[in-house]
Amino acid sequence: MTGARNLILLLVTAAALLWAIPFVWMVAASLRPDEAANAASLWPGLHPVTANFIEAWQSGQFPLWYFNTIVVCAGILLVQCVTVSCAGYAFARLRFPGQSLVFTLFLLQLLLVPTVLIVPNLTTLVQLHLYDTLPGIMAPYFASAFGVFLMRQTFRTIPRDFEDAAMIDGASRLQIIFRVLLPLSKPGLVAFAIVSVTSHWNEFLWPLMATSSPATQVLTVGLASFTAGAESGDQWGLIAAGTFLVAGPLLVVFLLFQRQFVSSFVFTGLK
Amino acid sequence: MRQTRTALLLLAPSLVFLLLFTYWPILQVAARSLTQRSGFGLDNYRRLFADPHFTTAALNNLVYAVGTIVPSLILALGFALALQEQRWMHTVLRTILVFPLLIPLVAAAALFIFILLPGEGLIDHWLAPLGLGDTNWLGDPTLALGAIIGITIWKNVGYYMLFFLAGLAGIPADLHEAATLEGASAAQRFFHVTWPLLQPTLAFVLIIALLNVITQVDHIVVMTQGGPSDTTNVLLYYIYQQAEQNNDAGLAASATVVSVAVLLAISVTSLRALERGMHYES
Repeated sequence: MTGARNLILLLVTAAALLWAIPFVWMVAASLRPDEAANAASLWPGLHPVTANFIEAWQSGQFPLWYFNTIVVCAGILLVQCVTVSCAGYAFARLRFPGQSLVFTLFLLQLLLVPTVLIVPNLTTLVQLHLYDTLPGIMAPYFASAFGVFLMRQTFRTIPRDFEDAAMIDGASRLQIIFRVLLPLSKPGLVAFAIVSVTSHWNEFLWPLMATSSPATQVLTVGLASFTAGAESGDQWGLIAAGTFLVAGPLLVVFLLFQRQFVSSFVFTGLK
Repeated sequence: MRQTRTALLLLAPSLVFLLLFTYWPILQVAARSLTQRSGFGLDNYRRLFADPHFTTAALNNLVYAVGTIVPSLILALGFALALQEQRWMHTVLRTILVFPLLIPLVAAAALFIFILLPGEGLIDHWLAPLGLGDTNWLGDPTLALGAIIGITIWKNVGYYMLFFLAGLAGIPADLHEAATLEGASAAQRFFHVTWPLLQPTLAFVLIIALLNVITQVDHIVVMTQGGPSDTTNVLLYYIYQQAEQNNDAGLAASATVVSVAVLLAISVTSLRALERGMHYES
């Protein structure tokens, strides 16, 4: 019995090591001088250098790409917090005709994700004069069915007494949502923020299609052109460093707040 | 009455954006797909289904779906079953497996371009001693889709594993204890306790996985551009190609409508399965 268990653990460990290889190579190659003989080695060498990072930083537009990605992620999240809190409250606390139909209409967005609708959304973007702008990258994500659903569930776990007290004191609905309920909904909000930022930090196809000038490129789009350039010159250390710069921030945050991340992904998925 | 007005005001911000970027685009793309030079008609659809690139993309997408989903779910469930405990060793292994979930698919593509590089790349370099060196993974029509599938599996398994872990944690421990006391073997416990109770999770993961095989094409854009000779072309990449490179709005629109229809059909089917799973549970 323990023999079988150990064998399984051994197999899974081997699989996990296999899974880790791309990351190990990324770190090793990024820290290795490019003239080092063997690009396929998983060992950074005895004298790791930062030259690849410096070169990547200078030859790519990393400061701009970081700025754009952070603006896009923060902008989406900020607007989403308003839209999902208001709608989540309406579904959690109010009764109105056609409620379940409207809710179903909201849920439709879970399946008809903006990624599938890139072609018509691009037309809309051009008509709204938002093509090749950062708000244009953000706009399709300002409404989030999944966030509305999440906030509805979160609000429902909060006893009504808090609102009733505030209502007696003459607070408006908006004050109740943003001053009373949101501070009590931190777990739900944090979970939503983690999933939202992760998915938009990593998104590629839509920002690629919605922009055309270098000034509006986000990290993923920048990395793709950066990689294409460095690939033709066989500069693998440079590619590894560039990839590290793009993927690193989320990996570090994940390692620091692992428990929170995992429960967010599962929480947001299963509710 | 007052509640209705308040509700409308609170829903308005969301509804405006849903209208602009979910409902309107569907109507717009449907109308566009039916528009042709001589007024309305099915010309775009006729052209679409007559286009060998499209039929190839649809078939490839099917292979991509099955080839990705089946191994991903089996591996994810296997990993979840093996790594359920709160021991440090399990935690470390789980963390490693979840890592790919957090990086952009284009970043994964950037790494795998080198890993799959013929000759000096990671795979060829380390497999050379076995006499397998110099494989053109992305350039060989018989291997390219397999390589893309491999990358997708690597990227998604950890994500699906998280859901299975949560599903497994939701199964009451006393059920397993009771089964053990009755003399059930590990395999019997899995097939008669774990498996039935895991159905809702399974159906849920299946829907996410189906969405993923339609929407995850970033690595195809970066690594193969649908090639060699269309072997890694899939529906969304085909749409992207028609819209961005061929400027064929009619084909892009009709292909979008077909994709949306397929997506809705398979999702509704899976949701039905999910509901059945729920009934089973209760």
